[in-house]
Amino acid sequence: MKLSIGPLLYFWAVDQIEAFYQDMADAPVDIIYLGETVCSKRRSLGFEQWMELARSIKGKEVVLSTLSLIEAESELKTLKRYCDNGEFTVEANDMAAVQLLSENKVPFTTGPTINVYNAQTLAILHKQGLQRWVMPVELSRQTLTDILAELDDMGIKDKIETEIFSYGHMPLALSARCFTARAHNLPKDQCDLKCIDYPDGLQVKSQEDQSLFTLNGIQTMSGLRYDLYNELQEMQAMGVDIVRISPRSQQMMSLIEAYHQKISAAEGTLPAEGSTYTIADNCNGYWYGEPGMLQNN
Amino acid sequence: MIELVCPAGNFPALKEAVNNGANAVYIGFKDDTNARHFAGLNFNEKNLPKAIDYAHQRGTKVFVAINTYPQPSGWQRWKKAVDSAADLGVDALIMADIGILDYAANKHPQMARHLSVQGSATSYEALRYYQQNFGIKRAVLPRVLSVAQVSQLAKQSPVELEVFGFGSLCIMAEGRCHLSSYVTGESPNTCGACSPAKSVRWEKTPQGLESRLNDVLIDRYDDNENAGYPTLCKGRFSIGKNTFHVLEEPTSLNTIEILPELDEIGIKAIKIEGRQRSPAYTQQVTKVWRQAIDQYYANPENYVPQKQWFDALNKVSEGSQTTLGAYSRPWQ
Repeated sequence: MKLSIGPLLYFWAVDQIEAFYQDMADAPVDIIYLGETVCSKRRSLGFEQWMELARSIKGKEVVLSTLSLIEAESELKTLKRYCDNGEFTVEANDMAAVQLLSENKVPFTTGPTINVYNAQTLAILHKQGLQRWVMPVELSRQTLTDILAELDDMGIKDKIETEIFSYGHMPLALSARCFTARAHNLPKDQCDLKCIDYPDGLQVKSQEDQSLFTLNGIQTMSGLRYDLYNELQEMQAMGVDIVRISPRSQQMMSLIEAYHQKISAAEGTLPAEGSTYTIADNCNGYWYGEPGMLQNN
Repeated sequence: MIELVCPAGNFPALKEAVNNGANAVYIGFKDDTNARHFAGLNFNEKNLPKAIDYAHQRGTKVFVAINTYPQPSGWQRWKKAVDSAADLGVDALIMADIGILDYAANKHPQMARHLSVQGSATSYEALRYYQQNFGIKRAVLPRVLSVAQVSQLAKQSPVELEVFGFGSLCIMAEGRCHLSSYVTGESPNTCGACSPAKSVRWEKTPQGLESRLNDVLIDRYDDNENAGYPTLCKGRFSIGKNTFHVLEEPTSLNTIEILPELDEIGIKAIKIEGRQRSPAYTQQVTKVWRQAIDQYYANPENYVPQKQWFDALNKVSEGSQTTLGAYSRPWQ
C-alpha cells in the first residue's frame, strides 16, 4: 500500500505551507496532493505557485486537487487552468472538474466529495478517464468489499486504484456560507481571512462539552479525527492501494512514521516494532458501518 | 409559464397539491430510494397507480424521486424503483446517482430524467456532464447559489432549471453533507434521512427541555422558547465560551418576492420543499404559490407580493420566519 498526503484543507500562511511541503518531500510518502480545495478566497498560493511547488517536489507522485464547491464564474476559470495544466494528474472534487478532464481526455482521480457509492458509477467514470478514486468518508469496509468484488466481476479491478481517507478531521459538508466568519460575527465578504488563525480548524462542542464538529470556513469537518491505524493490515488484505493522511499543523512527521512503520510491517518489508501510537481520542465508526463519531477498538 | 412543483408525502397531500393548482407533484417510494425516507410516508406499488391516475386525470404531472445513492447491497432495489416508476407511466424520474442515471437512460430512454438537487450540480460545466452523458432534461439547483449566480448559470445551462421556492432550508450543498451519518449513522445520501426521527430523544430537565440526537445534546430550551426539530445543522453548540446557532438559525426559505427575477432569468420550475409535511401544509403552500404565479403572469409589470401570502406561508414555516436564503445572502 502506498501512503499519500491529501490536499491541505486548512488556510495557512505561505511560509508554513512551504515548510510543510519541504518536510513532506523528505517523508516516507509516495503521493502528495496539492491545491486549494475549500475556499477560493484563500490565496497564500495561486495557481502558478502551486504549479511551481508541484514541480519542485522530486521523487514523489504529485497530483493537483481542485476546489470542492464551484459557485462563481471566476472559480470555473481557475478550475479550467488546473484541468488544462498538461503536467500533473488532477484530483476532481466536483463534477465540473470531471466534465472538463474527461473532455480533455486526460486520466484523472476523484476526491472524497465526488459521490461514488457503487461499482456501476466507478465503471462509468473509469470509461471517462478515472484511474483512482477516494472513497466517500461515510462508506464502510463492507461497502468497499462489495464494490471491489463487483469491479473484479467487471474485469476492471486492476485498472482502478482505491484510496481511503484514513487519518484526519473528515470533510463532512460544504456550504455557500462561511461558518468561521459567522463565529466572528463577520459577513463572508469581509471575513478578514479569519481561517488563518485556526491552523487545524475551529472546534465546536455540544453544550455538554462533547466534541462535535470542526469549522473550516465553508467546510464543516468532523470534531474527532478519523484514524484507521488499527485497520491498516485489514485494508492491505482487502486490496486498498493507497492510504491517505490529511495534513495537520503539528507532529505530522511522527504520524507519518507510525503509519509507514505499520504498513511496512503488514507487508513484511520492515519488522513489526512495538509502537507507542494510540488512537485514543480519534474515531473510526464509518469503517464499521456505524455513526462516524464512534470508536471501535 | 413557470411550473409549480409540489411535494406529496401521501395520497391526501397529492390530492391537495393537484386540487390547488400544482403543475406537477413529486413523490417517492416507501423505502430508502428517495431522500424523504420517513416512517408512514410515501407510496407503495398499490396506491401509486391510483395517485398517478388522480393527477393525470386532472392534468397534473407526476415526478418520482429516486434520488439517494445505492450501495452494492441496495443496487437491485434502486433498479426496481426505476423500472416500477417507468412502467407506471410517470412523467419524469428525479435522480442523483451516476450509476442509476445511466441505468435509467439505457433501460428507459423515453422517460424524462431530471437531475436531483442531491446531484449537487452548481455550475454549467457540471450540468453539461449530466446532460451529455445521461441526457437529463432538467436539473434542480442546490440552495447554495445567489440570484446573480443562478442567473449566470442559467445563461449557459444546457438543460431546464428548477429552483427551490419555499420550505425548510438546507444550508449545506445538498448531496454532499455527511453531518447526519457522522452522528447517527444515517445520511440523506445513504438512507434518505437527515437527523432521523428514531435517533431523536426529548427530555425535560431542570436546565430546560433538551433535544438529543443519538445521545448528543443538540439544543436546550427555556420555557419561553419554541423547540424545533433537532436537525444537526440547526443546533445550539459552543465555541469557546459562546453558545449559539453555530451553523444556522431555524428559518424557512421563501422566494415569493423574487418570482419576477426567477422568471426573467429563465427558470423553468419552482419547487416547494416538504414531502414530510402534512396535507394541510401542501394545500396552504400550493394555493398561495398558485395565486402568486397567476397574478404575476396576469400583470408582470405590477406584481406585488400580498401580505396575506406571507402571513399564510409564515404560519407553516419552520421557526415561524422566512428568508431568501442563499438567493439574497444577508450573511455575504
